[in-house]
Amino acid sequence: MLTLTVNGQRHEVDVEPDAPLLWVIRDELGLTGTKFGCGIAQCGACTVHVDGKPVRACITPTGSVKGAVTTIEGLSKDLKHPVQQAWLIEDAPQCGYCQSGQIMAAAALLAAKPKPTDAEIDAEISNICRCGTYPRMRKAIHRAAASMAKKA
Amino acid sequence: MVMDGSQPLNLSRRSVVFAGASAAGGLMIGVPIAANAKMQPAVLADGTNPVKEMTAFLVIEPDNTITIRIPHAEMGQGTSTALAMLVAEELECDWAKVRIEYASANRNARTGGKLYEGMQTVGSRGVRTSVKMMQQAGASARERLRVAAAQRWNVDPADCAIASGKCLHKATNRSADYGGLAAAAAAVQLAQEPGIRAPKDYKLVGKWTPRLDTAVKLDGSAKFGIDAQVPGMVYAAVWSAPVYGGALKSVDESGLKDIRGILGVVKLKDAVVVVADRYWRAKKGLDALKIEWDAAGYGAVQQADLEQGLRDALDGPMFTAEKKGDPDAALAASGAKLVEAVYEAPFLSHSPMEPLNCTVQLAPDRVDVWLSTQAPMAVLQTAAKETGVAPENVYVHNAFVGGGFGRRGGAPDELVQAIAVAKQVGKPVKLIWSREQDIRRDRYRPQAAVRFKAALDPAGKPQAFQARVAVPSLIRPGPQTAQASEPMAVECIAGSFYAFPSRDIGVVLKNSHVPVSFWRGVGSSQNGFFVEGFVDEMAHAAGQDPLAFRRALLVNRPDALGVLDAMATKGDWGKPLPKGRGRGLAIIEAYGSVSGQVVEVTVAKDGKLSVDRVTCVLDCYHVANPNTVAQQMEGAVIMGLTAALWGEITIKNGAPVETNFHNYRMARFAETPPRIDVHLTPSGGDRWGGVGEPGLGPLAPALTNAIFAATGKRVRKLPLKHADLTWA
Repeated sequence: MLTLTVNGQRHEVDVEPDAPLLWVIRDELGLTGTKFGCGIAQCGACTVHVDGKPVRACITPTGSVKGAVTTIEGLSKDLKHPVQQAWLIEDAPQCGYCQSGQIMAAAALLAAKPKPTDAEIDAEISNICRCGTYPRMRKAIHRAAASMAKKA
Repeated sequence: MVMDGSQPLNLSRRSVVFAGASAAGGLMIGVPIAANAKMQPAVLADGTNPVKEMTAFLVIEPDNTITIRIPHAEMGQGTSTALAMLVAEELECDWAKVRIEYASANRNARTGGKLYEGMQTVGSRGVRTSVKMMQQAGASARERLRVAAAQRWNVDPADCAIASGKCLHKATNRSADYGGLAAAAAAVQLAQEPGIRAPKDYKLVGKWTPRLDTAVKLDGSAKFGIDAQVPGMVYAAVWSAPVYGGALKSVDESGLKDIRGILGVVKLKDAVVVVADRYWRAKKGLDALKIEWDAAGYGAVQQADLEQGLRDALDGPMFTAEKKGDPDAALAASGAKLVEAVYEAPFLSHSPMEPLNCTVQLAPDRVDVWLSTQAPMAVLQTAAKETGVAPENVYVHNAFVGGGFGRRGGAPDELVQAIAVAKQVGKPVKLIWSREQDIRRDRYRPQAAVRFKAALDPAGKPQAFQARVAVPSLIRPGPQTAQASEPMAVECIAGSFYAFPSRDIGVVLKNSHVPVSFWRGVGSSQNGFFVEGFVDEMAHAAGQDPLAFRRALLVNRPDALGVLDAMATKGDWGKPLPKGRGRGLAIIEAYGSVSGQVVEVTVAKDGKLSVDRVTCVLDCYHVANPNTVAQQMEGAVIMGLTAALWGEITIKNGAPVETNFHNYRMARFAETPPRIDVHLTPSGGDRWGGVGEPGLGPLAPALTNAIFAATGKRVRKLPLKHADLTWA
């Protein structure tokens, strides 16, 4: 048995320590918003937060997770997070499959760098979107940064 | 949000008739009976309508919520919002109350495919083939609501106005909302189908409208095929033969003994599947197997051989796909300036972000399938064929599609495997392809080679356009060579919209053992690069500006001229750039639309390339939702850029080399051009053009033409990662 805190809830999960966090989140806890894309930490579709830091859950052994996990389902209630709000206004998603990971990556970036430049976005977010929503996501990140600055 | 379109209304096949001539007493006037009948509600043989739907396309709830059933897949292209807008436009309803769900493939099968028609989402057809059907559904429902209101008030329907989800009778100051009228309206039979609104009267269609599926894609609640949860299901991980056509020789399963949860190994002819109680255990088990494969005689095939084979085929016998005028005489004319070039493009993988996956549950008289698909009817038919269960007893729980790009529109490989596994394990099975399996076992965009020849007269005017095309067939399977043509092979080459006075287009369909399939843009994705690169060469040989040169060849096409003019003004064509920077353009006709792009690049002396700006112009004649059309152009630029910069699947010892995103590279934020502008120039008329694919073809040639402008280097083979772009 492993103990895992996800979205503020403690869970006892009966899995091996090397079970990837991605599949434990999806198949043990039933939180399917976190997606499988590549399995080798290339695409970021599985991005979740551990203690606020972005983590690629597909290569993260569950037994190694010591902090609190936040998934897309736990980012906010009713799309209240500024990143989700900005994504909504820019109408960023197309197929939507990578968007949970993109939003989690962007939220973590903004927590660390409240006003990222384009170059910092390029350097810090390597998540893949096959539909090519990058232009709108970039606008959304700047929009979210501005709205968070206003609130702060 | 669940888009599951499996619901058959719980009506048995015999009990449903689609109220048409038989139920309505033959009152249809002016439209074909079939088209009219499907706009009517589904009623039972006794005349009742227990499901309270207005038509098979929409349901109005007492609280005024309107559910519109979408007969096409939502895979990011925005078709579901666009089609809902077209219904809502005619229905005159409150857009804020509109919800969407998939139309049922099962129900469609029970009508012999007459109700929702093909339900395929391929060929950029989502809106353009269903627009009339959806508009009619909305108009028909609106008129029945009007009649229901008139009957309630005992007034003439002509005196009942319609506005934003309400019927109004001004003389008596009465109003009723749709929700309250829906039950009565569902029983109204119209004497005549109403007409469709003229484009000039559109209120919603054509306006920038947020997508209906955005919010659910921001909180993880959107359900994709891979998210299916079926009680009692087990998980399957699969590894197919490295060489396509190869078979399984042997499996050493000794590595499985210490892995928890393993339920068994299923050996298919060309694949091994490990089944376990959890996916990661199945995958771990798969990785622990030692498998020997047969290479079907293709184990010595190398990428260079395949490329050489296509180039050699350019000199062999060809099928004439188009011949016009006397191109031989024009090419031999004295004083003619000849331009000649060979262009090549590689295999490409679709690589949707959601890897192929499928969940199935088999019962003796019923099959349930959960998956992401562009072609639910093909899924239904394949499942019926593989199980022996009648098609009307197959239920396709289609979901949001995590990217399709053509991969989910053809052969459902994942479905066939999942059924084979479920038959053996006797439980519901969720089968998931790893990314490696997804890329290695893709059916690729064909690699192709084309040799062009053109003759210019002394004034630089083209007199002959000749092409020799060698490309695998998308519809003839197996490693065969055919002197034959198919539309996809010569897309953008035969029947070109350029006014070439003489043409000679030859084709050889040369397959290898590597399977190919439809990839976003299909033939236009590589042929657009070939033709528009070569036309640029012609322009330079003629000593003319590339835009002016094309303009002269398109004088009879006002739509294309409109696109070119917008490209010139919006893309700053002709505005000087410093050395090392360049601007290129390309324009194609594809999927019933005209699509052009201007690309601006910077190429450093060491060859480092950056794409600074892309200006997209599209004439798709009518625009349902400029928001989603713009998204498709933006996305096509990124996908086209990925392909142009790095995209290639290469074959070594018969097998694909590329396996995952570390060696099949994708454009990310860092490669996204800082500026992508989209301008729509809809020129109207009777037809609606496609949107999902026309943006792909122009990107690569506009980019390579820009590189030529910047460096003087002409790139005739993709991807660009192999090109030397250094300059002095």
